Amino acid sequence: MQEKRSHGREILAHVVLIILAFLCLFFFYILIINATRSHAQLQLGFSALPGSSLVTNFKNVINDPAIPILRGVLNSLIVSGCCAAIVTYFSALTAYGIYAYDFRLKKAAFTFIMAILVMPTQVTALGFLRLITNMGMDDSLLPLIIPSIASPAVFYFMHSYMQSSLPKDLIEAARIDGSMEFSTFNRIVLPIMKPAIAVQAIFTFVGSWNNYFIPALVITSKNKQTLPIMIATLRGADYMNFDMGKIYMMITIAIVPIIIIYLLLSKFIVEGVTLGGVKE
Amino acid sequence: MQNQKKLKTVSYAKWGYLFILPFFLSYAIFSLIPLADTIRNSFYEYYAFGLKTVGPNWTGLSNYISLLSSDLPKYAWNTFVMWILGFVPQIVVALVLASWFTDARLKIRGKQFFKVVIYLPNLIMASAFAMLFFALFSNAGPINNILLNMGVIGEAIRFMESTLGARTLVGLMNFLMWFGNTTIMLMAAIMGINPSIFEAAELDGCTHLQKFFKITLPQIKPLLTYTLITSLIGGLQMFDVPQILTGGKGAPDRTTMTLIMYLNKHLQAKNYGIAGALSVFLFIISAILCWFVFKMNTDPDPDGSKSAAKRAKKGGNA
Amino acid sequence: MKRRIWYAALMAAMILGLLSGCGSSPGGSDVVPGVEGKILNIYVWNDEFQGKFNANYPEIDHLSNDKSVTFLKDGTEIHWVINPTQDGVYQQKLDEALLKQDRVSADERVDMYLVEADYALKYIDPEANVAMPISQLGITDADIANQYRYTLDAMRTADGEIRGLSYQATPGMLVYRRSIAKAVLGTDDPETVAAAVSDWDKFYETAERMKDAGYYMYSGRADTYRVYSNNVSSPWVKNDKTVVVDPNMMRWVERSLEDTRSGINHNVPGQWIDEWNKDMGPDSKVFCFFLPAWGLDVCIKPNVTDTAAAQDWASCPSPQSFFWGGTWLVAAQGSDNPEHVKDIMLKMTADRDILRSLAVNNGEMSNDQPLMEELAQSPDFGIELLGGQNYLGVLSEVAANIDLSNISSYDQGCVEEFQNTFGDYFNGKISLEKAKANFEMSITERYPWLVGGGVEWP
Repeated sequence: MQEKRSHGREILAHVVLIILAFLCLFFFYILIINATRSHAQLQLGFSALPGSSLVTNFKNVINDPAIPILRGVLNSLIVSGCCAAIVTYFSALTAYGIYAYDFRLKKAAFTFIMAILVMPTQVTALGFLRLITNMGMDDSLLPLIIPSIASPAVFYFMHSYMQSSLPKDLIEAARIDGSMEFSTFNRIVLPIMKPAIAVQAIFTFVGSWNNYFIPALVITSKNKQTLPIMIATLRGADYMNFDMGKIYMMITIAIVPIIIIYLLLSKFIVEGVTLGGVKE
Repeated sequence: MQNQKKLKTVSYAKWGYLFILPFFLSYAIFSLIPLADTIRNSFYEYYAFGLKTVGPNWTGLSNYISLLSSDLPKYAWNTFVMWILGFVPQIVVALVLASWFTDARLKIRGKQFFKVVIYLPNLIMASAFAMLFFALFSNAGPINNILLNMGVIGEAIRFMESTLGARTLVGLMNFLMWFGNTTIMLMAAIMGINPSIFEAAELDGCTHLQKFFKITLPQIKPLLTYTLITSLIGGLQMFDVPQILTGGKGAPDRTTMTLIMYLNKHLQAKNYGIAGALSVFLFIISAILCWFVFKMNTDPDPDGSKSAAKRAKKGGNA
Repeated sequence: MKRRIWYAALMAAMILGLLSGCGSSPGGSDVVPGVEGKILNIYVWNDEFQGKFNANYPEIDHLSNDKSVTFLKDGTEIHWVINPTQDGVYQQKLDEALLKQDRVSADERVDMYLVEADYALKYIDPEANVAMPISQLGITDADIANQYRYTLDAMRTADGEIRGLSYQATPGMLVYRRSIAKAVLGTDDPETVAAAVSDWDKFYETAERMKDAGYYMYSGRADTYRVYSNNVSSPWVKNDKTVVVDPNMMRWVERSLEDTRSGINHNVPGQWIDEWNKDMGPDSKVFCFFLPAWGLDVCIKPNVTDTAAAQDWASCPSPQSFFWGGTWLVAAQGSDNPEHVKDIMLKMTADRDILRSLAVNNGEMSNDQPLMEELAQSPDFGIELLGGQNYLGVLSEVAANIDLSNISSYDQGCVEEFQNTFGDYFNGKISLEKAKANFEMSITERYPWLVGGGVEWP
């Protein structure tokens, strides 16, 4: 009796999973197929087979003066890379400060960070914009990078990780050996944090790569735009509708790099989701 | 001996302050000061009038009043509906998948493959995803093409011209982007449940469904609640997907305009007074949700076991 | 150890300083009077003018690889800054740039920009002072003597100065598919078709015949919009406060609802979208489009090149005369390249040879009245798209009657919001009252200072 039911459940499970996998993948399949077809071919309707205009579409996209996509990729790389480095370093720094030291405001500091853990950045966008304009940083990549020094969620992740993986005696031992505090952090603690840093670096990179709202308000000139801003320009550019192949190719360029990184590191990424410790 | 110890702890405390300084300094400059400025602006009439600027003129609460009499409640409702459309399937599917993946008795082939595939959409740029859906689901686009060719429909479905259609597309995208993440999280939570509870239940002859509803669900309740609230906060910030899908219009009939899209409109138009008032509204709502998260994270008794023990003790004594 | 911290802090500060230098450099004072700058920035919303310029301007040396820069023989670089116009984005970016004009370096200043009739008034406002009068550039009445009067009147402000010049006249006509005309009306001869659509009554009689034969008369409600909006009796907004909806606009609403319901139009929700493009393509069942001369090259041609429909078109007068837009070149106040800008404006809007070339090669109706009248009579003038037909004959009369006296700075916003909000009404999703309420709401979101001014419905 049990065997039979389990079989039925297995079939059901596989069917559901296949449907879900289809939903997840089908749209990207159409995207890549359409990115290889020319505008004229696309106007004729859907086809499951790729066309031969991959290179043409790619060339058209790169040479489009209104949307300098290669520049956008570069800008996105700069911002995302710097963010990943800064977020992980400073979150580990702050977590270490709270974890390893006892000082009067320690509990208050920790409580404060927990209180702002999930506060969205959009609610202060107005003041943020005015501030950076007054500082002369409007229309530059800096305001997209520097504020990531304060990332409460990553801090919490690092802090939890330290609690389970960083024994305090190690720090004591380092002190006895004559190591200065800052150098202890850099030489001993950081290497131990490597898995956590690696995971968070990836998530931060991806999050920053996909970030649209605040960058769209900060960046005004074309050659400093990041990719999501260019996608929005693409959406609003009615004259681009004369070449749908180009549109699909642009979307592909925005999405595919992340997909490739993901596929290469997929096991690591999926495991990293829960690395920070699901509370039990 | 004692003196030495005291000296050591005092001097190291300074390091604590130093290490956390960058975080707090950055937050103070880039979040706290802007917050104060935003709140201040909400009381002024201050907007761009073509190439000229009007204000800042003090107007007290008039920005708030004009916000309430605008379509703000409608946009809040839109945001909520589109969040529910995505969240309910997301949590249901995630629960089902998580319980299947963690069931030792259930043989699923290609588990790793499925895990990788369902997590993939989480990393996709939401704006590009929405742009893709805009192209695919347009009246003359590939999806309509396929459905027409297969004979499933007689004429093209105008997805983005009906309220249900447009909102469902947004909900679908939100679902696809998040259900994988939730599944993985729930899997970890379920795997953390003490297996002896399950063994005991099996010995008593529990069915799968009974196990799921009577044991699994209650055990992972804290994580479910946490997921609910963080998803709610995420839903509050819904912007990229409906913005790009509808080109910022919130069509049709303004039923896909979310709160942040509305805020974005004012910020782009340099309408600082109204944007400030709207930001304060959102801040208050977010602060309430933040408080819930805070309570949950610092709850010393997350699954009620301690208070249950307390009650048992009290009962025993009485 | 302390020293290390100070070093680190110094390094950080230095790096920050360097990086922030990647933003715009402080300037304003590096404009030398009398000496033209090296970089000339032109703000546009698509590559139409850029293409026409690159093909005709005599001083061009070469183009950059991605065509975003045009190099002139004297070393000047023309940088094309393209921002799409939908939703007012083009205006917004232009405004931001113009407001920074005296704070940025000479090379970054806006030198020239294009405007459409829909929002030209905002930029030529003498108070705003962001447009140079052509007299300040040194352009005289004699230089522009051949231009259509209305293109100059539209750019003349209360102080008598003209602040923009156009290279085109934009009267509208009906452009129809020859093959569909043959199939339904029996002939594709423009005279006969013209008689079949000579006024609205005849137009709709023909529409019924089209429908019976399985075709659509026109693509969507947006196609007929301008015919109604050009024939209103007052501007959209009065006193910068109250929105006034003209009775003709409500006639458009009623007519569009009727046409959508009865299947006379193809219910395409807008223009410049993929569906609209497909309706101009070879597989389309749509009979005609309301277009000006520039529409031939800009709208239809890209959709039919190398297809069976490449020469399947012809034109005839529209049931009611209308015009569509028009692009004016405006010299930005504060530009460091006034001599070059003057030359570009003169050549592109008043040089007879260039204007002739635009008409012959691009199907343009150029801004040279005597030239257009001459070409209208010429039997050799016609373009391939129209199977060799001389469309200027159709247009010259209409051009003489264009009246831009009711344009306002709010036109782009009103046009977009009106069409968007009533679109849901045509689809049967909302009631007329709801559509009106939505329009009132969205127009005050678009232009916040109109709050409280109300909307007057006929």
